[in-house]
Amino acid sequence: MFKNKKMLVLLTLCFTLLVAGCGKNAGTNQESDVGNSSNSGDKITINFMHLWPEGVSAGQNKIVNEIINEYQTEHTNVTIKTEVLDNEQYKNKLKVLSASKQLPDVGVTWAAGFMQPYVEGGLFAQVDDLLTGSLNDKFVAGTTEAYALEGHTYALPLEFNIAPIYYNKAIFADNNLQVPTTYEEFKNIVKVLNEKGIAPIALGNKDRWTGSLWYMYLADRIAGQDVLANAIQGAETFKNEGLTKAAQEVQALVDANAFNKGFNGLSNEEAKSEFLNEKAAMYLMGTWELPNFTTNTEISQEFKDKVGFFKFPTVEGGKGNIDSWVGGPGVGLFVSENSKVKEEAKAFVEYFVQKWGERSVTGAGVIPATKVDTASIELPQLYTDLFNEMNKASSVTLFADVQMPANAAEIHLNQIQALFGKTVTPEKFSELHDSALSSQ
Amino acid sequence: MDKVMSNKKIIALYILPALLFIIAIVYVPIILTGYYGLHKWNGIGAMEFIGLENYAALLKDQTFWSSAWHSLLLAIFSTLSLVIYLVVALVLSSRIKGSNLLRKIYLIPMLLSSVAIAQLWLKIYHPTNGILNSFLASLGITNTPEWLANPDVVLYALFIPILWQYAGFYILIYYAALKNIPKSLEEAATIDGANAFQIAYKIKLPLAMEVVKVTIVLALVGSLKYFDLIYVMTNGGPNGASEVMASYMYRIAFKSYDFGYGSAVGFFLLIICLVVTWIVRKLTANKDQTQYS
Repeated sequence: MFKNKKMLVLLTLCFTLLVAGCGKNAGTNQESDVGNSSNSGDKITINFMHLWPEGVSAGQNKIVNEIINEYQTEHTNVTIKTEVLDNEQYKNKLKVLSASKQLPDVGVTWAAGFMQPYVEGGLFAQVDDLLTGSLNDKFVAGTTEAYALEGHTYALPLEFNIAPIYYNKAIFADNNLQVPTTYEEFKNIVKVLNEKGIAPIALGNKDRWTGSLWYMYLADRIAGQDVLANAIQGAETFKNEGLTKAAQEVQALVDANAFNKGFNGLSNEEAKSEFLNEKAAMYLMGTWELPNFTTNTEISQEFKDKVGFFKFPTVEGGKGNIDSWVGGPGVGLFVSENSKVKEEAKAFVEYFVQKWGERSVTGAGVIPATKVDTASIELPQLYTDLFNEMNKASSVTLFADVQMPANAAEIHLNQIQALFGKTVTPEKFSELHDSALSSQ
Repeated sequence: MDKVMSNKKIIALYILPALLFIIAIVYVPIILTGYYGLHKWNGIGAMEFIGLENYAALLKDQTFWSSAWHSLLLAIFSTLSLVIYLVVALVLSSRIKGSNLLRKIYLIPMLLSSVAIAQLWLKIYHPTNGILNSFLASLGITNTPEWLANPDVVLYALFIPILWQYAGFYILIYYAALKNIPKSLEEAATIDGANAFQIAYKIKLPLAMEVVKVTIVLALVGSLKYFDLIYVMTNGGPNGASEVMASYMYRIAFKSYDFGYGSAVGFFLLIICLVVTWIVRKLTANKDQTQYS
């Protein structure tokens, strides 16, 4: 092939030069980018990573892009570069990026337990100053606190959610069922629906936090909100009589065939489709599902008109209040501590949170963490009703898996699946929770 | 050309880029994983050196051993199924009608991505609308199994798509090996009066043995580190009933935020794979040892 080895060496050298040349080019490009952004007043690029892909969260995606476009028009020197990932992938990517301290300038985070390692690792910037600026007094009480650690706020919340039980009015009417206010009535509904061959409750417990909602509500209604809240924080034992009773009630519901068949192997999405296809009558889920029952044009109006909600019923002899909810802030925005454009990123977050509050209600049908004047805008009835319930809430207990530190949350979630699958006794369930939370 | 290739320096020059790549992408991370395993680390903050504590905890970790048992079961099943693949390949390689088409049909699962296969089988296993339970219901079975929710069934329900996924791959390898056997041997045997079974058993099989050994190692190690379908279909659930070593490692590192312990699990997994490979090589070694792995 080749006449002699000189030629071969020459050829190799050529390739080496070519490759090296490419590398060099890329290198200089990057450098000039960095140079630009650190120089305020000149061109600035803010990297923004979020989790509302066009396919899954069309409404949110549109609003995000609108806000970014407006911001760029108002601040011509700023370019916002977005990276969009799906929920689970987002969490993984954030984790990987944090290991190399290369978080985006602005990103999405969850409250409390999720945020803790990032804050302790010094990756999130404090945003206390933003709370006193134009956003002063704009947040719903109790939302920013979930993003605070040791007196400092590390992210600004975008959403606020509570979890009602959605139900299919048509199925209820066909079977002469009334909205339950007591747990006995609720159990009766389960019984009647089962006799008619309709799955009473849609539950996708492969995702585990879905089952956690049921346990939390039962715990809240039986043992009382303060006991539940203390137990999650490790200040009360899960062996508390009321909490063990709640675990027993979960298994009683499973025995009564309250949930759709095979729930432990179904994802939340699959369970939701049972409810959307009217194969199941009830669905306990956060208010982030509201768009699907109000504004989402891909779901038929006929079905949307059938959806109502009720509060988790009170349990006889229980200490809970019917106006006590499980819920809490959804996602919030953080600014990276290592960002080269920290101040600009903060300004963008401030702008974003404000605009999000104005837009998300009508555009995406979600409930923002900032205060909303429901009287001034036209809103779907379901939305307004839930919104008013939220303002009446006696307490809102933050989702257990969000509140607990990551490894305790993982044990909690696995035990929830075991509890629903009846592979663990309520007593053992309590015991494992205690040991998980005390080892922190 | 010969002259060039006999020059040691030139050989080194050509090997170097690939070697550097492999060191940077494979070996350095392996060593780092072992190193991280010696620490208490949440993946973000400071690392705290704790010696062999993670590995000691691992040996006592029941969840790890149950997931190791699941991995082992998968390894056993996939190795046993090699026999079936070999039989299929033997049939396909003999001149039967439509063998060409059949070969392509067997290969299709391999062309699909794992996630697509997972979605497909999630639909098949759906407890109420799934094709499998619909079929069982039409046969008059009222209490149809909850394939992915029942802790006693879920693992085996997952094995089926996993085996199905790789069937085409092994059949193709065997097919190629059997096609390589010279026709003259087969003809000579036929003249001597051997029947099809004898040809397969006495001639084709011994000649394809080296390839069979390679596939045993591939199947064993592939099963021990298996992850994708399980992750998508059950995420190791319900409550660890379908957890395998790799999914357990993922859960520890990315869900429980315990990178130190997760790394220890990963490193241990590597050691198990190496030991298994070594044992299989020892067991299948013959006098004129051929290196294949």
